Amino acid sequence: MKTYDIVIVGGGPAGLAAAVAAKEAGNDSILILERDHELGGILNQCIHNGFGLHTFKEELTGPEYAYRFIKQVIDLGIEYKLNTMVMDIAADKTVTAMNREDGMFQIPAKAVILAMGCRERPRGALNIPGYRPAGIFSAGTAQRLVNIEGYMPGREVVILGSGDIGLIMARRMTLEGAKVKVVAELMPYSGGLKRNIVQCLDDYGIPLKLSHTVVDIEGKDHVTAVTIAEVGPDRKPIPGTEIRYTCDTLLLSCGLIPENELSRSAGVKMSPVTSGPVVNESLETNIPGVFACGNVLHVHDLVDYVSEEAKRAGENAVKYINDGCKAADSSDVIEIVATEGARYTVPSTIDTERMSDLLTVRFRVGDVYKNSFVSVYFDDERIMHNQKRIMAPGEMEQIILRKTQLQEHKGLKKITVKIEKE
Amino acid sequence: MEKRELTCIGCPMGCQLTVTMENGEVTEVTGNTCQKGDIYARKEVVNPTRIVTSTIRITGGDKERVSVKTASDIPKDKIFDVMKDIDAAVVPAPAHIGDVLVKDVAGTGVDVIATRNVETV
Amino acid sequence: MYDVIIIGAGVSGSAVAREVSRYNVSACVLEKCEDVCEGTSKANSAIVHAGFDAEEGSLMAKLNVEGNEMMDQLSRDLDIPFKRNGSLVVCVHKEEIDGLKTLYDRGVKNGVKGLKILTREEALEMEPNLSDDVEGALYAPTGGIVCPFELNIAMAENANMNGVEFRFNTEVEDIKKGEDGLFHIRTNNGEYISKVVVNAAGVYADKIHNMVSADKMHIIERRGDYLLLDKEVGNYVSHTIFPQPTKYGKGVLVTPTVHGNLLVGPTAIDLENKEGNNTTAAGLNEVTAKASENVKNLPLRNVITSFAGLRAHLERHEFVIEEVKDAKGFIDVAGIESPGLTASPAIGKMVGDMLKDMMGLTEKSDWIATRKGIKSTEGLSIDEMNALIKENPAYGTIVCRCESITEGEILDAIHRPLGARSLDGVKRRTRAGMGRCQAGFCSPRTMEIINRELGLSYEKITKSGGKSNIILERTKGEESHS
Repeated sequence: MKTYDIVIVGGGPAGLAAAVAAKEAGNDSILILERDHELGGILNQCIHNGFGLHTFKEELTGPEYAYRFIKQVIDLGIEYKLNTMVMDIAADKTVTAMNREDGMFQIPAKAVILAMGCRERPRGALNIPGYRPAGIFSAGTAQRLVNIEGYMPGREVVILGSGDIGLIMARRMTLEGAKVKVVAELMPYSGGLKRNIVQCLDDYGIPLKLSHTVVDIEGKDHVTAVTIAEVGPDRKPIPGTEIRYTCDTLLLSCGLIPENELSRSAGVKMSPVTSGPVVNESLETNIPGVFACGNVLHVHDLVDYVSEEAKRAGENAVKYINDGCKAADSSDVIEIVATEGARYTVPSTIDTERMSDLLTVRFRVGDVYKNSFVSVYFDDERIMHNQKRIMAPGEMEQIILRKTQLQEHKGLKKITVKIEKE
Repeated sequence: MEKRELTCIGCPMGCQLTVTMENGEVTEVTGNTCQKGDIYARKEVVNPTRIVTSTIRITGGDKERVSVKTASDIPKDKIFDVMKDIDAAVVPAPAHIGDVLVKDVAGTGVDVIATRNVETV
Repeated sequence: MYDVIIIGAGVSGSAVAREVSRYNVSACVLEKCEDVCEGTSKANSAIVHAGFDAEEGSLMAKLNVEGNEMMDQLSRDLDIPFKRNGSLVVCVHKEEIDGLKTLYDRGVKNGVKGLKILTREEALEMEPNLSDDVEGALYAPTGGIVCPFELNIAMAENANMNGVEFRFNTEVEDIKKGEDGLFHIRTNNGEYISKVVVNAAGVYADKIHNMVSADKMHIIERRGDYLLLDKEVGNYVSHTIFPQPTKYGKGVLVTPTVHGNLLVGPTAIDLENKEGNNTTAAGLNEVTAKASENVKNLPLRNVITSFAGLRAHLERHEFVIEEVKDAKGFIDVAGIESPGLTASPAIGKMVGDMLKDMMGLTEKSDWIATRKGIKSTEGLSIDEMNALIKENPAYGTIVCRCESITEGEILDAIHRPLGARSLDGVKRRTRAGMGRCQAGFCSPRTMEIINRELGLSYEKITKSGGKSNIILERTKGEESHS
């Protein structure tokens, strides 16, 4: 088997953008390994529009957005293998993969870019009681069946979870002739974009019930009814608030989980908050030369930010190789701490030497905050205090740090990001 | 005088907008926190439009459905008419991004175009 | 006309079928579901019990210990995973410590080998994640774990290889003994006639029994709710951890499974509903509360699925394996609740012996005792994988990424004797869809394979037979095509 400098695990938006950036940064030895039969990842089934406003200044559908990058990969002559599953990534960056044609093979890579994306939280993990009949789908599985394969799961639908995929599927199922009876959301707010609530639910008269969850699923063979109930502040159902909906389909859109089984077995250190790798300013994990980007690192709200992040990972991988594959010097590292409303940051450490002139630090908040401030402290000194009209858990926030700013603060040990009322 | 209630889609605030209209003309928008809300409300009450995305049957290709969108916004109240034409359409492979698959869909003057490539097999 | 008809293709019926297949006899298994292992056998603790629980001198005790001892040879013959991981009955209340001695004594009388009472320190050394309240434990080294699906499927396959027929989607509606002295069995798929009937119908065994006997039987469905945890925490305990038993059974256990998950459960909720295997919020809460009494800090955020099974409980809490007094030639295998899975090989043998004596059966000269399981790719070296892929490229395609199941394994599951025809059938044979994403990723791919291999249109593919169709129709009003 040929060897490559950079092996990219995953040919979705993150992997594609990382590959293009690495190639443009001057590396000609790149291989993308993709498990599906085409490049593009989950974007291929996201046929709705709303992608690319930041990247291309126009609104594209998912497949169109993906194709912009696929075309670059093809035009730049970047190699890729489809229908290929990566089975293992060793700590020494040997990637073991498998497909029908090549069999099982190993590639000793100089750098590995993790771009495996995420998966949906299944019914089992939600502890929904009731029967276990056919007719229960994660929203993404239903999306694939409807949009790619051309099959309808059912005609009368209840959706649990008001994340964007749930909202988008409410509209898709409606346009394909199904009756979506209700969208229930456990939290007192929706994790989806306002635009999607209006254009996917309100446009079609689909009710959204906040602070509600599914408490029973009926139907021995196939779903026949779903009961939802209101939940209290403890998120436990309130007896007496049950509403029963007859239906043949239950879609679940209850959160995404980064797919880091490969990262874990490689020995990559994980964040319990994001379920993704802990990375430094170069998006490099604790294993030198192993980088992460996209939803495998932390679940993003917009694909544009995935592309931007992946570009950095691709460039940094090339830089790592060009610099002789040296591990970062960990003696002079600044830690970034997320606290008081900020749940995490990516990255979580900065080496001032290695950082670019401007560094975007992304994070999410844990609750809805109105008229609050994003504050950044360098050790104990507050150096940033930006008022935001609204922040919500469904959207990523960001701060931008300047290299010069950090260099001026000699001996800086800790940067703290928090949300302040005033 | 007519009043209409709307949720602004500009940002997660989701301001509850109240639009006052007289003889089909917007006279006042309230409830908005910023300029975006005002612009959105004025458009949404007078001429709400949407991009429709869906799939169309395709024969002889490496896939059985090709994803499509309306090339530009269509009036919101025409969504289901547009879907009717989209559902009825069957096109032969190949189809490439931007190809017109349904012309002047539902009399809107807008074409339905492919959003992905489906090659002939 | 058959010599023997067995009603039910669960673990008991399949064990009986395998034993019957040793003899020169025509036999058929009638199963109301679309596959083997669809009732109690598919939803239980997957434990091979040591045998200290059942009352001394009971049939339950005898068959438990016998079944346990048969499991090593059987698992080799049938190529199924089985592990003697040992079990611990944990005492967390000082005033109940004597209970361990009672169990120990009973176990010794039942013939259980190697039992030992452990001190708190010994128990904690063996299982560091036991509750801080642990006072002592009973250690049973012969306790084990087995895959209930594979045990059931393997016995059925082996019986089928040896000539036993299986009729699925065939529900017994009535049984009459004719003037010809034969049993006439009416089903939704026509009439079946046999000399002898074995009733291994699980929670329906009372209904079947009552068709032929005036001495009515009543089975109570005792529901057990379970939680299955991710393999990431599969080694949270290495032994099967039981609480001290109560009159409702062995209580909520925490155990590794033979495939490396962690299983927690069951509850014991008595019902009068043979199809009532739905979990409830109360049941699931009870599982977590009770399990936490014996094992500390259970990693419950790693739950990947919950399910419930129904145990076929008789008031007298004993296996009933006997010829029905007022229906000669009709044998009940009823009340097979825990330790039924453990006992199943011994149940099969016992019924086989009964039939042999009753009917004067002779052994086949060409009986095949062994069966090869689905070739698993787990743990194969690169060279081994490549040899396999060269021979059959389907082994190079991963279908279920959570459990690393290849298309080759799924094709094997579909095309072997009594092969899979549904998503659950594939899942129980290969584990495709049983992992942490719970088939979100692989179900469209598995459907594609079933569609191609069995010529079933998508609309006809089911989760588990009956009306459990996965999808309704094509989009755009398109006619279905396969």
